[in-house]
Amino acid sequence: MTVVTSHRSPEVAGTAYHPAAGGHGIAVEIDKFNLWYGKSQALFDVSLAIEKRMVTALIGPSGCGKSTLLRALNRMNDLIDGVRITGKIAIGPQDILDRGTDVIQLRKRMGMVFQKPNPFPMSIFDNVVYPLRVDGVRDRRLLVETCEQALKSAALWEEAKDRLYESALSLSGGQQQRLCIARAIAGNPEILLMDEPCSALDPMATSRIEELIDGLKADYTIVIVTHNMQQAARVSNNTAFMYLGRLIEYGDTDGIFTNPTEAQTLAYVTGRFG
Amino acid sequence: MMDGRATLRVPAPSRAPAARPRHASTDLAALGEPYLWTLGGCLALGIAMVAGLLLLVFWNGALTFWPQPIAVLELAGGERLAGVETRGGTYRPRPDVVAALPPTAQAVVAQNRGLVERTLYRTGNFDLYGDDFRWVSSFQIAGIQYPTDMLFVERLEWGVFIGRLRSFQVGAGEPVQAAVSDAAFQAAHAVARARAQSIRAIERHEIGRINNTLERERLGARRVAFDHGEGSGEHQAALARLASLTSRLEQDYAGLAREVERLKAMDAQDRARFADVGGREKEMPLSQIVRLYAANDLNAVQQVAIYLARWWEFVSDEPREANTEGGVWPAIFGTLAMTLLMVVVVAPFGVVTALYLREYAKQGRLVSIVRISVNNLAGVPSIVYGVFGLGFFAYFLGGSIDQLFFPERLPSPTFGTGGLLWSSLTLALLTVPVVIVATEEAIAAVPRSMREGSLACGASKWQTIRHIVLPRAMPGIMTGIILAMARGASEVAPLMLVGVVKLAPELPIDGTFPYLHPERSFMHLGFHIYDVGFQSRNSEAGKPMVFVTTLLLITLITAMTATAIVVRARLSRKFAGSQF
Repeated sequence: MTVVTSHRSPEVAGTAYHPAAGGHGIAVEIDKFNLWYGKSQALFDVSLAIEKRMVTALIGPSGCGKSTLLRALNRMNDLIDGVRITGKIAIGPQDILDRGTDVIQLRKRMGMVFQKPNPFPMSIFDNVVYPLRVDGVRDRRLLVETCEQALKSAALWEEAKDRLYESALSLSGGQQQRLCIARAIAGNPEILLMDEPCSALDPMATSRIEELIDGLKADYTIVIVTHNMQQAARVSNNTAFMYLGRLIEYGDTDGIFTNPTEAQTLAYVTGRFG
Repeated sequence: MMDGRATLRVPAPSRAPAARPRHASTDLAALGEPYLWTLGGCLALGIAMVAGLLLLVFWNGALTFWPQPIAVLELAGGERLAGVETRGGTYRPRPDVVAALPPTAQAVVAQNRGLVERTLYRTGNFDLYGDDFRWVSSFQIAGIQYPTDMLFVERLEWGVFIGRLRSFQVGAGEPVQAAVSDAAFQAAHAVARARAQSIRAIERHEIGRINNTLERERLGARRVAFDHGEGSGEHQAALARLASLTSRLEQDYAGLAREVERLKAMDAQDRARFADVGGREKEMPLSQIVRLYAANDLNAVQQVAIYLARWWEFVSDEPREANTEGGVWPAIFGTLAMTLLMVVVVAPFGVVTALYLREYAKQGRLVSIVRISVNNLAGVPSIVYGVFGLGFFAYFLGGSIDQLFFPERLPSPTFGTGGLLWSSLTLALLTVPVVIVATEEAIAAVPRSMREGSLACGASKWQTIRHIVLPRAMPGIMTGIILAMARGASEVAPLMLVGVVKLAPELPIDGTFPYLHPERSFMHLGFHIYDVGFQSRNSEAGKPMVFVTTLLLITLITAMTATAIVVRARLSRKFAGSQF
């Protein structure tokens, strides 16, 4: 666990929070990122550094821009008409917001898990190897191996190994979400983006996914958006609290939940609003 | 709120509004009950009308081929009349007709307030009577019998003959008295029918092939003249080849013609002599008789056999007697081929257009205008499409094709006139809005989460459309295609301009090179109904055929639609399954 000592607030925007050395380095560096949907601004000068092979949770009340921020990382916001952005999001030396960025290649470096499980209407196997297929992999042996590994990593192998060629839609909701996680990691991404992955699941399925996240962080940088503060406290190393499009406070999870600097953070994590 | 220390604001207690009396029960208008009844009534009315129409068509169509008994009427004047009862009704005879009746009959008429019942009998024997239907008033009938030896004779020409068999002769033999059930007569009839068919086969196929070859060679020689110039060496050589081929083929032709002559001479000798109910005799070649049976002497098995044989003839044979008799096979084939060709054209065209409009085109004013125009296209009267198809496809496109590829056949057009291909394209144009609208809706209904899931996996837009959007939208697209198919198969008006004809025994697919002839004009069941019902010399004889053909057309469209629905159900099942 990284010891984080500095907390930042909007008043001191511009100096990005950097977790102290000792971790694995920085995976993504967001610098003064602004985003507008048409005329209304959704994100204001967000600066944030995401640590490699750590779980970073984005929390905040509905509409605070945490999903928008997450979707900015693999440029899913490009799909929405009228979105305008300024600022910089760097993965290593590359600014992914640059016009010349090959968005398809960028998305291949990221896996994404959505709020509602969204398996494709095809077999379990075809679902898992979809990222490889669209990348042009035709080698059957490689596909089968990858499928097995991904399903094992997503803790779905035991349940699915005998029905790989059945429709993915025959799985239960929790299984479907683990399938989506398997699919997200099958393409061997660097970063895993999770947009409220448990909000549509029952507590049992939720706890399985949480265990899974805990295991996955050894290999992947994980950014997770969640509404559930207990979940953020349980699974994440670092937590960013956002409110009304601004990053209010960012720091290690223990600090945010036990000793926040900002009054708003305190109010939110103690459940007094939001 | 912002600082987390905000206090909950409790609204100050206000004065309660004046108490209103409570209803004992919710009133009907609030429950929407009257609207529900109206909706249900409209639905019931609609269903009743559709069901009534289908029942009428089905009843009339299904009964047409059932063998009916032949009644022999003893008329008041001593005249005898034989016929099949067709339908009845009442009418008001002229006063002088009533006055001339015997007093008892007059009393009956007066009791019915001047109305008289009458029945329409199909008497057949058009060659003898100059008519084949006759109204008989009830007061004219002195007695009705159903003699077992009355025959119902279906002929190749002149329609039905109703009468008795007198005798028949084979070859140069003497006439032999016979009944219709005699084995000798039936064998002679079968031989004569087989011989007539072989004559037809020689004329249609073998002589037809010689004519085709000659025509092709003649056109080939003309082509050489176009390519190398009139009188050039190549042309001379081609003409010489043509001349030698012509002389050889003419020998073949002469041989076949002699064979046909010989068979026809034999055919003319096998004859049967019939007499109508009044004793007037009529002699006809046995080969002219398609089918004959003693209508009043049939058991149930024979009746069913005749019924099924007539249906088979109807769906497998070519029409005769100005389409009022025989079969409709060319029309069935034409309808199917035209509809399938139309689907093959309209499905990809409509789907690609909708994909571009929905997925790639920048949504703006231009796309809106295109979309509105597409929707409006669905409302253009179909005859307008016919005019367009004739002008653009047949005359412009087809004319250009003729100029480029078939100059040797001009001035007689090949593609430059109505035909199967142009009809299919015209109908494809007519139905493409249906497919576009349905496809656009189906594509729009694919959940956003699916697309995002695919894009997040690093799939390109095209891969997402190809692997996720199109398969998911396929059932909806199929619905559009089904609607287009039903619309196209039942359309007649534009086809009359771009390729449907009254009689086209040559199918668009046959054994002569190049086997597919999309330029040929064709027959269509819808047009056949119009033609038989309203354009034939004998509308009374055509009426049952109208019902049968309508029944067949409805069945055909239902079958095609059902096939498409099965395909769609199979597709939907693939994507069904609960989310949770």
